[in-house]
Amino acid sequence: MSRRVGIVAVAQTEYEEAKPAWREAEITYQIVEKLLEETRLSFAEDGTGIDATVTCSSDHWDGRTLSDIPHGEVSGAHLRAEEKVSSDGINAVIYAYLQILSGHYDVVLAVTTCKESQTVGHIIENLAFDPVYQQKIDLDFLAAAALQANRYIHKYGITPEQCARVVVKNRSNAKNNPVAQLRKPVSMEEVLNSTMLAYPLRSLEAKPVSDGACGLILASEEKAKKLTKKPAWIVGMGQCYESHYLGDRDLAECDTLSLAAKRAYQQAGITNPLRDIDLAEISEYCSYQELLWSEGLGFCEKGEGGKLIDKGVTQIEGKMPVNPSGGVLSGNPTLVAGTTRVAEVALQLMGKAGARQIPKARTGLAHGTYGPCGQHHAVLVLQA
Amino acid sequence: MANRVAIIGVGQTYHTSKRPDVCIPELCNEAIRAALKDAELTIKDIDAVVTGNMELFEGRYHQDLWQVDYVGSYHKPGFRVTTGGTTGGTLACTAFFCSASGLFDVVMAVTFEKQSEGDSRAGLKTVADPLWDRWISTGAIGTFARLGTWYMKESGATEEHAALVRLKADRNACLNPHAHLKLHLNTVEDVLKSEMLVPPLRRLDMCPTSEGACAIIVASEKKAKKLSRKPVWVKDWVEVHNEMRYNRGDPVSLENLEKAALTIYKRNGITNPRHDISVAEIYEPSTWAELVWYEAFNFCDKGEAYKLIERGATNRDGEFPVNPSGGVIATNPIGATGMIRVAEAALQIRGDAGAHQVDREVKRTFTTAWGGSSWTVAHLLSKTLD
Repeated sequence: MSRRVGIVAVAQTEYEEAKPAWREAEITYQIVEKLLEETRLSFAEDGTGIDATVTCSSDHWDGRTLSDIPHGEVSGAHLRAEEKVSSDGINAVIYAYLQILSGHYDVVLAVTTCKESQTVGHIIENLAFDPVYQQKIDLDFLAAAALQANRYIHKYGITPEQCARVVVKNRSNAKNNPVAQLRKPVSMEEVLNSTMLAYPLRSLEAKPVSDGACGLILASEEKAKKLTKKPAWIVGMGQCYESHYLGDRDLAECDTLSLAAKRAYQQAGITNPLRDIDLAEISEYCSYQELLWSEGLGFCEKGEGGKLIDKGVTQIEGKMPVNPSGGVLSGNPTLVAGTTRVAEVALQLMGKAGARQIPKARTGLAHGTYGPCGQHHAVLVLQA
Repeated sequence: MANRVAIIGVGQTYHTSKRPDVCIPELCNEAIRAALKDAELTIKDIDAVVTGNMELFEGRYHQDLWQVDYVGSYHKPGFRVTTGGTTGGTLACTAFFCSASGLFDVVMAVTFEKQSEGDSRAGLKTVADPLWDRWISTGAIGTFARLGTWYMKESGATEEHAALVRLKADRNACLNPHAHLKLHLNTVEDVLKSEMLVPPLRRLDMCPTSEGACAIIVASEKKAKKLSRKPVWVKDWVEVHNEMRYNRGDPVSLENLEKAALTIYKRNGITNPRHDISVAEIYEPSTWAELVWYEAFNFCDKGEAYKLIERGATNRDGEFPVNPSGGVIATNPIGATGMIRVAEAALQIRGDAGAHQVDREVKRTFTTAWGGSSWTVAHLLSKTLD
């Protein structure tokens, strides 16, 4: 690899159930404003500014073709380069990373925005399924997740309590995160007695509707060192697609994530993730996913995700804290969730995570996913 | 300085108004098979697959997910990038970035549009801001009618000049096995007979609504030299976006096109585009756009474009061939259109364009994609590495 790339600044809005006062682009601008202020960068074109912008948003969620027109307008795309990555926001960060590695740019802004509150997510998610077989049976990502949870529980004997423990842990972590949407801790009883949404998933086991945005500035080694004392370096990246048809897959397995992780670990020189990584931020849109994705990431053996949480390994004071920010379950918009994971890991490595800071965090992992039952996974390994 | 990459394979479907025989992923499959065959590779040689189209046209959310099993991205890394009309051009850049990054050696990019499965005009109307502009938004036809009126007034060009652009495109399209509209027109009158849509724009001044897909395979310098007998080198690329304001009152917005061309010329020592570039494949959604873009890209002075077309300078056998493929007014599967420009330019450089190959050595090509609020992507391809 030709050059090193570091994250030099991150910004998040507060994540809220609804932001009726702000249009999508105004939310994006709140991020851009913070990033420019922190880095003192501008959109100058003489080689001293931000060279290009990567946005992540969705025509479907924003209700307009070319949703990046308004987002670009406020993020430096006036007569300049902008590209829209239309998937989970971790891929917008990865895209910016590749742009810098290519040597084409030195400093890139990546920002992801979604306002879930203004539309009906069920209808949009249903449009992600092929229109011949799967769309017609009215699947959305929650219904698909319920199928996956059933299969996972059946195959490996995962218990409702183990799934609920993920929620209790993450919601407890969220109380230390000033931008988290749900900052009130919940008990096991509350989780296990919350409304059934799609068997076996209950309302507290699924992410809430959320509005917000998250952005980062990435820079080449030389520029990064000038922009901040402590960049978070990207040292490993892996992505992987899974087959589309749920019937073609064993939903209790996530070999796709293992492949993505393997690629990232190889680049980062990680041989034993539990030992080599200090913390992880992973995208659990539903409770069981944190357990299953932990298996895919190699934090434990297949089927051992339940035991991992029982042993307290992933607690904030455990050997490998998972989602010290409170995770997606504490409220991140879809698309934004992956960008938030990277931002949170970067904050930890920069020592800027406030009350949720993990002491001596040197290596962190961020994970993002989209599509039914984790059809696309992406992993970034960051180092202080 | 960016790491160097090359195009080592291109593939297209044939383009037509409706393909009821295939679903979207099957359409893309035709393009990737053609590209792999062209590159003499198999899907096992591909390290990453990137995809894109107009996001809202067919209404699919995360379109890349359904395509996985058909475009060979199963268990591979990949991105989905969408930038509206420029998507095809942008996706080429995505492939360039990915293989230049050093993380992937061989990257395949596939783009498509299947407009009969959605409502493109509804999709285009929602480009406009829902609060300020949507009630006066007219989609593409109004935009180009305004461009034509403006250009006639500015330059003294007439409807006949626009008709000459169609005649040139049609002659070229008739030689291109992939092209959509092959009308076998003979005279300016044949074009001027076509139905008036919004003055001065006639049906034959506009691009058709096409379905089709296009794929390219891009490799890092080392791999390209190893895998390909005729690598087409990517010298440079640039993307220029802009905000949109329908109600700002500008008759046309050419600053994006001008800046894209100027940037790429300046960085690559191009002082006289008509001399320094062998062939151009530009994204002209209308005859009037082709004339105005000539000037925006500095192929000629302001107000002179119609004279170029009048004297046949941009014909396939002229001094500076523009769109020997027949261009966008002959074929426009929107999401793929920008990439078709790149693929056609690569074929011209290789000398593999067949019946529509220009009759001289092609050393350097200039390609563009256009969309959004006059967004422009431009690429410079070269026969040699230096």
